[in-house]
Amino acid sequence: MHEPWIFIAFLLPIGFILPAVTILFNRLLAPRRPNKIKDSTYECGIETVGETWVQLKGQYYIFGLIFLIFDIEAVFLFPWAVAYDKLQLYMVLEGVLFILILAGGLLYAWRRGALEWV
Amino acid sequence: MGDPFSLIANWLLDLLVGFGLELEFTKVLLKFLGAGLMGTVAMLLMLFTIWLERKIVARIQDRLGPNRVGPYGIFQTVADLLKLLTKEVLVPSGADRFVFIIAPMLVVMSVVGLWAVVPFAPTLFGTDVNVGVLYLVSIGSIGTLGIMMAGLSSNNKFALLGAFRTVAMMLSYAVPMILALLVPTMLAGSMGLVDIVEAQSSMWFVVLAPVTTLIFFISSIAEVGRAPFDLLEADSEIVAGFHIEYSGLSFGMFFVAEFLHAFTISALTATLFFGGWQGPGAEAYPILGFIYFLIKTGLVYFVVIWFRGTFPRIRIDQLNTLNWKLLVPLGLAAVVFTAVIDKWAAEQDLSRVLMHLAGNALLVVLTLFALRAYARSARKKEEAIRSELMKPSHVSGAGD
Repeated sequence: MHEPWIFIAFLLPIGFILPAVTILFNRLLAPRRPNKIKDSTYECGIETVGETWVQLKGQYYIFGLIFLIFDIEAVFLFPWAVAYDKLQLYMVLEGVLFILILAGGLLYAWRRGALEWV
Repeated sequence: MGDPFSLIANWLLDLLVGFGLELEFTKVLLKFLGAGLMGTVAMLLMLFTIWLERKIVARIQDRLGPNRVGPYGIFQTVADLLKLLTKEVLVPSGADRFVFIIAPMLVVMSVVGLWAVVPFAPTLFGTDVNVGVLYLVSIGSIGTLGIMMAGLSSNNKFALLGAFRTVAMMLSYAVPMILALLVPTMLAGSMGLVDIVEAQSSMWFVVLAPVTTLIFFISSIAEVGRAPFDLLEADSEIVAGFHIEYSGLSFGMFFVAEFLHAFTISALTATLFFGGWQGPGAEAYPILGFIYFLIKTGLVYFVVIWFRGTFPRIRIDQLNTLNWKLLVPLGLAAVVFTAVIDKWAAEQDLSRVLMHLAGNALLVVLTLFALRAYARSARKKEEAIRSELMKPSHVSGAGD
């Protein structure tokens, strides 16, 4: 049961350690003379005004929310898709009904103007 | 002779057991060695594909591309790597040090992690997880997380903008990608990538679901975040976006991750829709399967580079319109069409391939009609605004 996951348990740390070692080498080989100007925030040579956390569009937040809904609901469809071979036609139609409800949600967001980038 | 992969694995297993190691331990040790080999190959492959991509893009744009270091400039990437290796690693003041340093490693980890489930040949694959497709989605989103971490921790406004654009882009485009992944899962009846490839022995899924293939291809290019979808690092708008404050190989790792990811999505497209290692004689001679896989991946990769070389960057509102108003509804429709048609064709005893093709053709026609209606209404809106602006009362001095 856990057997296929052993490989992944090895590969993910290796995928993390390889770049870590490379960056470590970089740190060892490269010169290291930080100063205040060098460490300051880069904005094409102009001095930074104010702090970084400026106000941003609320639109990003709305897209984040819509994504969350769709992502979770799409993941719910995977068990249905795996069992598809064994399903009768009416069971497939029930899955289709679920997708139509999803589409209804999308239509609602669309009508409310949540998908417009203004 | 046609199966060098199992041959080497068995030979190593016999050798190590012969040394007096326990069988179970040896198997785990071999997995560790395989994982190490896969990670190293993935990183070294980049030295070649970065050169290849620069060369092809240069040819598309009527330039020569790298041609100084080595024959045809093939060692250009090595030279770049050595240069980056001697550059100071900067951490900007006010940055969240831990998150800032760990972000590029996470991005590389997520891309290398994707390789675990890709079947390269009938006998050559990292592992066969029964939730392969879901694994791809979840590990792939760690990369998105890494990019957001890089942008948020840099204490830089451009980087912050880049991080927010990942929300608009990489997160959003995960939705059509997941919907597109449902179709091969449904057709193969399994989420494991090995099963999906085996299910394509009679017919590639690109024939059964061409629309889905296109949706998956476009949305996975957006997931990689490269041209024409490179908004999160758009050089002309937000300088370099999320990796603006990175230097040396910390930046290099983002670079490597992007190019490796581009290669990986080509491999995934080839696996999920173009039959992976399937081809004449692949079952009997796995080495042939590996060659087929490489050819298919190479062709898809060429199209990815072609996209990058020829398409201009799209605007952020167009990006969102394309995703939420076209790809997501189309993805939902494609899932419904595939589900109903496949079941219905089986019950009516009709030709599966023909029915699917007819369904996809219908889908394309409907989409084109919907697009025309949308374009008309958009044009009408624009004209209304224009005529409103041109009214005499708005023109200054007209009332005098």
